[in-house]
Amino acid sequence: MTEATGIGAAIARKEDKRFITGKGNYTDDINLSGQTHAYFVRSPHAHATINSVNTSAAAAAPGVVGVFTGDDMAADGIGPLVCGVQITQANGDPHNAPAHPALAQGKVRFVGDHVAVVIAESLAQAKDAAEKVDVDYGILPSVTDTGGADAAGAAQLHDEAPNNVCFDWPFGDKDAVDAAFAGAHKVSSLELVNNRMVTNPMEPRACVADYNSGSEELTIYLTTQNPHVHRLAMSAFYALAPEHKLRIVAPDVGGGFGVKIFTYSEELVCGWACRKVNRPVKWTADRSEAFMSDAHGRDHVTKAELAMDENGKFLAMRVNTKANLGAYLQLFSTMVPSYLYVFLFAGQYATPLIYSDVRAVFTNTSPVDASRGAGRPEATFMVERLVDMAAHDMGLDPVEIRRRNFIPKDAFPYQTPVVQLYDSGDYDASMDKALAIADYDGFAARQAEAQSRGKRRGIGFSAYIEACGVAPSAAVGQLGGGVGLWESAQVRFNPTGNVQVFTGTHSHGQGHETTFAQLVNDILGVPIDNVEVIHGDTAKTQFGMGTYGSRSLAVGGVAIANACEKIIAKGKKIAAHALEAAEDDIEFADGNFAVAGTDKTMNIAEVAFNAYVPHSYPEGLEPGLDENAFFDPLNFSFPSGTHICEVEVDPDTGVVEIAKYTAVDDFGRLINPMIVAGQVHGGIAHGYGQAMLEGCSYDSESGQLITGSFMDYAMPRADCLPNFELDYSPTVPAHNPLGVKGCGEAGAIAAPPAIIGAICNALGVRHIDMPATSERVWQAAQSA
Amino acid sequence: MPTVSMNVNGKAVTGDVEPRTLLVQFIRETLRLTGTHVGCDTSQCGACVVHVNGESVKSCTMLAVQAEGSDVTTIEGLATNGELHPMQEAFRDNHGLQCGFCTPGMIMSGIDIVQRHGNPDEATIRAELEGNLCRCTGYHNIVKSIKDAAGRMGG
Repeated sequence: MTEATGIGAAIARKEDKRFITGKGNYTDDINLSGQTHAYFVRSPHAHATINSVNTSAAAAAPGVVGVFTGDDMAADGIGPLVCGVQITQANGDPHNAPAHPALAQGKVRFVGDHVAVVIAESLAQAKDAAEKVDVDYGILPSVTDTGGADAAGAAQLHDEAPNNVCFDWPFGDKDAVDAAFAGAHKVSSLELVNNRMVTNPMEPRACVADYNSGSEELTIYLTTQNPHVHRLAMSAFYALAPEHKLRIVAPDVGGGFGVKIFTYSEELVCGWACRKVNRPVKWTADRSEAFMSDAHGRDHVTKAELAMDENGKFLAMRVNTKANLGAYLQLFSTMVPSYLYVFLFAGQYATPLIYSDVRAVFTNTSPVDASRGAGRPEATFMVERLVDMAAHDMGLDPVEIRRRNFIPKDAFPYQTPVVQLYDSGDYDASMDKALAIADYDGFAARQAEAQSRGKRRGIGFSAYIEACGVAPSAAVGQLGGGVGLWESAQVRFNPTGNVQVFTGTHSHGQGHETTFAQLVNDILGVPIDNVEVIHGDTAKTQFGMGTYGSRSLAVGGVAIANACEKIIAKGKKIAAHALEAAEDDIEFADGNFAVAGTDKTMNIAEVAFNAYVPHSYPEGLEPGLDENAFFDPLNFSFPSGTHICEVEVDPDTGVVEIAKYTAVDDFGRLINPMIVAGQVHGGIAHGYGQAMLEGCSYDSESGQLITGSFMDYAMPRADCLPNFELDYSPTVPAHNPLGVKGCGEAGAIAAPPAIIGAICNALGVRHIDMPATSERVWQAAQSA
Repeated sequence: MPTVSMNVNGKAVTGDVEPRTLLVQFIRETLRLTGTHVGCDTSQCGACVVHVNGESVKSCTMLAVQAEGSDVTTIEGLATNGELHPMQEAFRDNHGLQCGFCTPGMIMSGIDIVQRHGNPDEATIRAELEGNLCRCTGYHNIVKSIKDAAGRMGG
């Protein structure tokens, strides 16, 4: 019997060989003939007017082929960078949308803001010359603090955004919620900070831009998660080249986690400047540039309240959040602290009434946009911490209060008060399984044993839900989005019987080349070694919206499956002709077309060959075996589950050890369980980073970025983390044709409240802000 | 410009470099061996780990001229006659990589760990990976891969 390779098989990845042998091909590995190197002159100030920029000394430096400023770009009508989602404020106005020039015009607004670009024969020459660019700055007061951005007297970033407010976005029935609070048995409340994160995929952003003046085609090799989205933005909004003359190639990309979704100044400048210097232009961020100018994530300050009856049933939730958007808007900035955040406030609970008020503010910091989870980690942290407060205030076990408020399993599909229609879930089942694996019953004994050693042991819970698989285009349009979020696929048989699968999603670690091949293997019966998945090049793949919001399988996978079904339908016509039978009598199974009730069969490879050698085809039978499909999802995908963290705290040092971490997730049907587990591991580690280590910090006086390197910004390392205990508790998502849910962000969404809950439980404190560094934990231990 | 000569993956190579050229730049840009990666500028991430005279070295932290006369092994030099090194096989079999960017450094460090410790336990592997960052895997399967490879390497 051959090894199973279809749906459900935990096989090793097809793409791995090139990565383990050093044959991956990342953007910085690409070198073009005649290539030049770009280096950016960046603002050393958080906020300043640009009185003048003198580039003459730099232009005359050895090896320099061009020096450009914002005025040069404006003269050519290039930019500014766009934001793709409009928020309608309470008064009906759209969000305040100040311009985001690719190279600063008149003013710089954060440390690292782009002032000029120097292009030279070598990177060293470009860097040397950049030091000769003389910028006369008029330094202005700055504001980097989220809470204080809209305070009276705070520095003002944009004329178009009075009080630094981008938008005020209330949502829900305030009067009804206030009334529920007024009549509540008990109200629990919590003030929290959701710490600012630097996403930090290990591969820094990079691009190589090349214009062919003969064909008038512009090609940009780019670290992007969504090459077609980049092509659309760069043609429609930035006028770099018409869409059909612009090719975006996203080769191997070394991690994304959201930060490689957006269009950035650097690629726009290089795509424009390669025509100015008539040479290819390459730029690769060093890590310091990544810290300064990659879009950051999170950064909220929130006050949340929960009203309960005498049994601990949730009556209403009221949330006030201020979200930091940084100095300028990026592609998804406005959507993250609004739709991706507030629409998750129900969590796993049947809270009937929810009101929220979000204010998004500009500050003198790097732009803030989607980062692994994007809005859902912020929502989940708030909801789960608030539920822990409620348990504490009601004197209930944290598991018990959750169970009392879970949406029951027979209530699906379940309409929440915050827009989302949950399709499936069984929250008690996930909780039961997680409690068993975590041995909750044995916790008290372990806690006592730890106490005897002078350690404090604690346990924390996160009963999370998230919304991913973005997104139904109708919903996107209704919410002010400028695009549709369908996905497309092409399944092409070659005459020799092997298959090329083109997907509009992009793999930057998720293993699509394997997962999608397993899907095709399962549906069409083609050996997996004969299936090649192709992505990441607008000149090869038909179309696509890319990879983010855990959409690749839930949306892109369905498009592939639909294209496979079209292949079967077409194959039946061909087989019917070849086998001299009626089309209706042809059955397809296990890669074979058969005439029902006979032993006449053709395998799919034979059908493919026949399709391309149509020597005797009748009129109306089209040659070829090559099908396209577009799929627009019917709903979001709602993964959920229970994560349980057990910690041991040393009260003398504040050191927290993760003693055990249990994750039970509902991802529907798994295609490759080994790949899914890897996604969960990485997500939990990302969530651990937010909970324990990572916090992007700006100096409140000068606006300088304090955490500007891996020496100052703590990333999770191998010795911080335990092995993770994973299991699954699947339900069938009614709205997904493949029965799958997204899994890439769940860990990062679920982990922080479980970890912080465990530390609070260990110390007997109500709350501790993230990151729970040893110093913070020690301080809390002293006061507890 | 100084001339530098060394053996890389068993081949004698020579190049003219600026004195400030880092070993990783020489490997990537002069030799075009792009399997060795640069993930930071502070010697933290370990994506650039190679072996110099059999010891693991962050090639972003060594000048090319300091490697004069050395034997250098990069990720491209591990497989022999098309046969993968056991560490490479273990990373594939245990899903020890996702985006692949940190992977060459992880594999080179993993070999060095096993060479120094024989059959290291999990805590040793985790402690020894202090100088290698990964954002994708949460290290779970990297640790598993190195442990598995130690067995395959006869540790």
